[in-house]
Amino acid sequence: MADTDKRTILIVLRRSPYGSSLAKAAVDVALATAAFDQAVDLLFTGEGVLQLMPDQDSHSLGKKNIGRQLASLPMYDINRVYVDAEAAARYQLDIASAPVEATLLAPREMHQLMVGYDHLLGL
Amino acid sequence: MIYSLLVLSSPVSGHGSRTAAEFAHCAITRGHSIHRVFFLDAGTVASSSNSVLPQDELDPVLAWEALHEQHGVELILCISSALKYGMLDDTEAERYERPSASINPAFTVSGLGQLVDACAHSDRLITFGG
Repeated sequence: MADTDKRTILIVLRRSPYGSSLAKAAVDVALATAAFDQAVDLLFTGEGVLQLMPDQDSHSLGKKNIGRQLASLPMYDINRVYVDAEAAARYQLDIASAPVEATLLAPREMHQLMVGYDHLLGL
Repeated sequence: MIYSLLVLSSPVSGHGSRTAAEFAHCAITRGHSIHRVFFLDAGTVASSSNSVLPQDELDPVLAWEALHEQHGVELILCISSALKYGMLDDTEAERYERPSASINPAFTVSGLGQLVDACAHSDRLITFGG
């Protein structure tokens, strides 16, 4: 990019991993944003928490494995990953077995998180 | 204020794409600037030059074309989404040996870096559709 103008970005991932092509698009946006050296954090909400399910096998769908892509986040220096705690409970997601280290947030904490960024990108 | 828009939904499904084009027109009319419109996923279908609409419906590409021609608004398609949805410019059609380009020339095919750049250079990034 032309200059080093840097804004903080929170990407909110709201789609189930293989139910919408936007799930994969959101992960691609996250990786690209980090690759361009921008400060990007992730928040998984609602059905989006299903992207963090362990042992995903997308082979029979003929789609890329989103869990495997998420496992590569630390290599892109994306180290702050947050998860909607209510949704995680609803979908029985065990955060300890997710492909990437993540922090559970209560609704109030999610709100506090969101107001701290220059840009919110909900996908 | 400097705005950039992110369009996620197809113009033939819901009204996100149309609302985005109208927002851009209104913002410019009120003296704001649109740094860039970035089309991702099904949003890229807005560029289609092959869509045939019923006679009593508006071709969605016209509003975007007008924005580009009258105000020089940059209309960028995410290349990986565009390829998936068959939205090809001359270069991509040739590269992948497809019979012809399928997008309106007001649109440019480029990478996700253009969305990142839009975030960095806009006061607000507004998402439509999806």
